[in-house]
Amino acid sequence: MSSSPTNPIFGTVAEFADGETLLAAAHDVRKAGYTATDAFSPIPVHGLTDALGIRRSRLASLVFIGGLTGCLGALAFQYVVSVDFYPHVVSGRPLFSWQSFVPVTFELTILLSAFAAVFGMLIRNRLPEPYHPVFNTPNFDRATTDSFFLCVQATDPKYDAAAIKTLLEQAGAVAVTEVAKHADDPE
Amino acid sequence: MASQPASTAQGFVEVETVLDENHTYESVTEKISSLPLTPTLPKPVLVVLLFAMLLLLGMGPSLIFLLVEGTGVWGINQPVAWGFAIINFVWWIGIGHAGTLISAILLLLRQEWRTSINRFAETMTIFAVVCAGMFPLLHLGRPWLAHWFFPYPNVMQMWPQYRSPLSWDVAAISTYATVSILFWFTGLIPDLATLRDRAKNKVVKTLYGAASMGWRGSARHWQRYEVAYLLLAGLSTPLVVSVHSIIGLDFAVSVIPGWQVTIFPPYFVAGAIFSGFAMVLTLSIPLRALFGWKDMITLNHLNNISKVMLATCLMVLYGYGMEVFFAWYSGSVYEGYMKFNRMYGPYWWSYWGLILCNGVIPQLLWFKKVRTSPIILFFLSIVINIGMWLERFVIVITSLHRDFLPSSWGMYTPTIFDWGLYLGTIGLFLTLMIVALKILPMISQFEVRELLHKKKHSNHH
Repeated sequence: MSSSPTNPIFGTVAEFADGETLLAAAHDVRKAGYTATDAFSPIPVHGLTDALGIRRSRLASLVFIGGLTGCLGALAFQYVVSVDFYPHVVSGRPLFSWQSFVPVTFELTILLSAFAAVFGMLIRNRLPEPYHPVFNTPNFDRATTDSFFLCVQATDPKYDAAAIKTLLEQAGAVAVTEVAKHADDPE
Repeated sequence: MASQPASTAQGFVEVETVLDENHTYESVTEKISSLPLTPTLPKPVLVVLLFAMLLLLGMGPSLIFLLVEGTGVWGINQPVAWGFAIINFVWWIGIGHAGTLISAILLLLRQEWRTSINRFAETMTIFAVVCAGMFPLLHLGRPWLAHWFFPYPNVMQMWPQYRSPLSWDVAAISTYATVSILFWFTGLIPDLATLRDRAKNKVVKTLYGAASMGWRGSARHWQRYEVAYLLLAGLSTPLVVSVHSIIGLDFAVSVIPGWQVTIFPPYFVAGAIFSGFAMVLTLSIPLRALFGWKDMITLNHLNNISKVMLATCLMVLYGYGMEVFFAWYSGSVYEGYMKFNRMYGPYWWSYWGLILCNGVIPQLLWFKKVRTSPIILFFLSIVINIGMWLERFVIVITSLHRDFLPSSWGMYTPTIFDWGLYLGTIGLFLTLMIVALKILPMISQFEVRELLHKKKHSNHH
């Protein structure tokens, strides 16, 4: 695809037949010094994030913070409700009978951790994102069944379409295409 | 793949593969996604759907009459104020627990046979929780005031009482429903993207596209996704145990003979898993036969599910035994009479029915022939579900109807509205399951592909 002022190039995308070839190609691409890269696969490919130099996810810390918030928040809330807002004695127990507050504290810990895990994942992944230039790649609808893709974006400081094409073809790509940013060229 | 299990030196574990290795990514994906993407359903499923919708229709009058007249239309009164509502609530929520167990605990234990059954087990969980949640709400009598359970600043200046199991239940059930839906939906995202990419119809494509939120299988996305999924599994595991423990505590913190026992929380959890796995069998056996999924839900799956059922069956049997022991060892006349009354009182049939369905008949599971015979397992699973319903009937009714004072004894008889609502929830459950079966991939596609990759890869070495 040729670039035009109204529809610039998004990047070069190569299609691979299996995860192992994709992984090897990812190593090659990184060795050649490209940084604005991404890969797309129908199953998580083990080792791909390391091959592409993607930083380890910090989602686990976020989930821990969520859980801690739920735990302390629930305990504090039950304290305030039972001691301050609406104090009354039930079966002779002290107002702050913390043992009875364990179940709700536990459930809220789990709830807020789960919220942090799911919404944290979605937000950090910038989903929902209905449109993405990579969807313009030919055959990309196979990326959710049995095809593997590797992409070097045009924003890469070393971006050179011809060199990338050669590199990816040598790495065993089935097809290499330059992909535009928008679905239809307005020309 | 051999349809007959072959005995190997490794014993039971490898009686048969959990996935036919002749499959490719394309063939498994096609097989699973063809059901949501073709506009037909097999005739037997339509017959079940019709039956389910008739039951659901019967729920209408029971519900309307209940809301207009109040809970007096049920068979409940003093001393049996809990009745069907609580029996059905505990029964349904117990059924739901197998879904979480399969998707979360078996994931953490790296049991790869979970992969082709986790999706519909999770779906089953959500719909079982929907059915379960209705009962305590309707049991309130004025369900339109259910928001009073939640803490919010209000003009009455009242706040929930957090020493009460009622408040614990609200937290447990709402958390359980929410986390189950999140877990289920997170698992669905890559599969919805697969359906989007395979759909031919423009409208269908758009709907799946919106639901998949533009998932494109990016390496960065997969990394966070896997962390989130594993953490959700880790969170759901204690959650499922806590939810049924809290339901056990609903009973155990009271002073009613037969309820105030420390064994209740773990014994309730075991019973929940027992009935849940039975429901997984009830659903998966017809599904694998109807949709040709026998190479993904293999006899090995049925065998493993049966073993979990056998183990939990022995746990609940231990619970039944301990109840007798406590009644004798406590030396309490009330506990002793409660147990005698359960066995030989007016509801003797429910106790012995429970022992027969949950204790005696499941002993068949010791035989491998039974564990790998789908038809016997199908009927056995229904027997176990009846048994687990009877267990809750025994616990709720026989404990309440004769407590300390003979002057306050009474009998409980469910009315047609009790039955209408109970059968209606079965209709609701089946209807929702069939609708989900039609529009969603009922076997997790990306996890089956992953398993296939793992199996093929391990064979090369």
